[in-house]
Amino acid sequence: MAYWDEDIETMNGKSLKELQSEKLVKLVHNVYNNSNFYKKRFDENGIKPEDIKSVDDLRKLPYTYKKDLRDTYPTGMFCVKSTDVSRIHASSGTTGKPTVVGYTKNDLDAWSESLARSLTSVGVNENDIIQISYGYGLFTGGLGVHYAAEKLGATTIPAGTGNTEKQIMLIKDLEATVICCTPTYFSYMIEVAEKEGINFKRDTKLKIGFFGAEPWSCELRNKIETKTGIKAYDIYGTSELSGPLFTDCTEQNGIHIWADMFIAEIINPETGEPVEDGEIGELVITTLCKEALPLIRYRVGDLTSITHEKCACGRTHPRIMKLTGRSDDMTIVRGVNVFPGQVESVLLSIPEVTSNFRITIDRINELDKMVVEVEINDEMFTDKMADLYNLQAKLEKELLSVLGISASVKLVGSDTLPRFEGKAKRVIDNRKY
Amino acid sequence: MTKLIQQISVFSENKPGKLAQVAETLKNADINLRAFTIAESGDFGIIRLIVDKPEEAYKLLKDVGFTVSKTDVLGVHMDDKPGSLLKISKLLSENEINMDYAYAFVTRDKTAVLIIRVSDVSNAISLLEKEDICFVCSQDIIT
Repeated sequence: MAYWDEDIETMNGKSLKELQSEKLVKLVHNVYNNSNFYKKRFDENGIKPEDIKSVDDLRKLPYTYKKDLRDTYPTGMFCVKSTDVSRIHASSGTTGKPTVVGYTKNDLDAWSESLARSLTSVGVNENDIIQISYGYGLFTGGLGVHYAAEKLGATTIPAGTGNTEKQIMLIKDLEATVICCTPTYFSYMIEVAEKEGINFKRDTKLKIGFFGAEPWSCELRNKIETKTGIKAYDIYGTSELSGPLFTDCTEQNGIHIWADMFIAEIINPETGEPVEDGEIGELVITTLCKEALPLIRYRVGDLTSITHEKCACGRTHPRIMKLTGRSDDMTIVRGVNVFPGQVESVLLSIPEVTSNFRITIDRINELDKMVVEVEINDEMFTDKMADLYNLQAKLEKELLSVLGISASVKLVGSDTLPRFEGKAKRVIDNRKY
Repeated sequence: MTKLIQQISVFSENKPGKLAQVAETLKNADINLRAFTIAESGDFGIIRLIVDKPEEAYKLLKDVGFTVSKTDVLGVHMDDKPGSLLKISKLLSENEINMDYAYAFVTRDKTAVLIIRVSDVSNAISLLEKEDICFVCSQDIIT
């Protein structure tokens, strides 16, 4: 088992906590003294840097939101002089102005360090050839993976996005062993390759894929692994935290969050209260070593659960489980949190239907009623009514067990629900409050 | 010569205009309907069609976006008189052959045709043949 930094990665819980406390205390003093934004936020909440003596005091600190970054556009939350900023990235800004993030030289090093540890944890090393099919530019994906791979001493193929036929040709001809892109793009690559008569298993040297930048299910992971013979890993990070920072390890049982660099919390997005380990909630991150744009209890908005148990791989740092969506996608039905990602995972496990769906919620006689429209898979359609009844019953049973509340399933024809180029709109909420 | 007829089955949501859309697609391609039936259940139904050009109908309906399948069914000639259905259904039931579904129509030459989908096709054929019951073959359907 290879480690990038064994001492840190296998450090015992107590030492990790001491390290976090030490860094957190420094952090709160730093932001209070160097950022008007944080000074104001602390003052408004009656918090003084001296109140924070260890990680146990973390919950006294106020949250930071994406809105704060927008409100201080472009660089109002930076905590260093502009001349100390080495690089700028920005989010796509689909809902208005982009979110601008900055990095000092040390920040860039730490970013690569974090991802280099993660890549090592699945066995990537200096002998690998990594094709990076993430966008390069303002988006953090391409350059983030690129520098981490170079830090490892691996060979990089900065393929970027688009031109799928050429991407496949490069994987084949340059004998790439590792691919990194979004899971949906890789699924598309598999489709295109099949049409061209290229079989990833037979015709390429690919053995590992890192897929991220959007949530994807375990079922899709199985599908990718079976079809291509590679091991498919999650890669996680957001631009506010730096970019792609973490992956799961060979155990494929959660994404390791390096606790010496980041403190991860999971909270109930409605109440802001912490949830138990294993329970789904919103990820909140405090950055312990970022200089240009440190974040205190930042509401990342992604939904996951956390475990602090030591991983079978030997690493002691906490793990977050597969992302199940965004807290802003969450809907509450009959008091239960419902995430579209949960529905998708059910559909992906049933071959008779496609993974496209639409949820409609109505309130009838003071009771929430949820209907899930599901497309029949063309290939699997038989003309027996009994098969359709059974399919409907099976879907309703599975949804009940995953969601914890009942939903009616309405079967519709293949390709009849809307397809989405960008962010899918899966939920129609007709309830009036 | 095959004793089986190709039936086209179309999945349809139970909402206005769906059958019209199927009918229009067939009309535009000059495809003639020999028989059809609708099985419905609340939100959805299955439209089952016997047409003169099954392959073409299958392809066209798929192209306009319907979820379609082809199913082999048996077409059995019956005398257009009381007791014909009894004879056939009794024969099948006595031999433990289940009918998944059945529908019938009367042809121009005054014979009745029973369309059935059965659990055990080959057994059903040999049983019916022994009783000198005639089958409609695809050639009879195709113009």
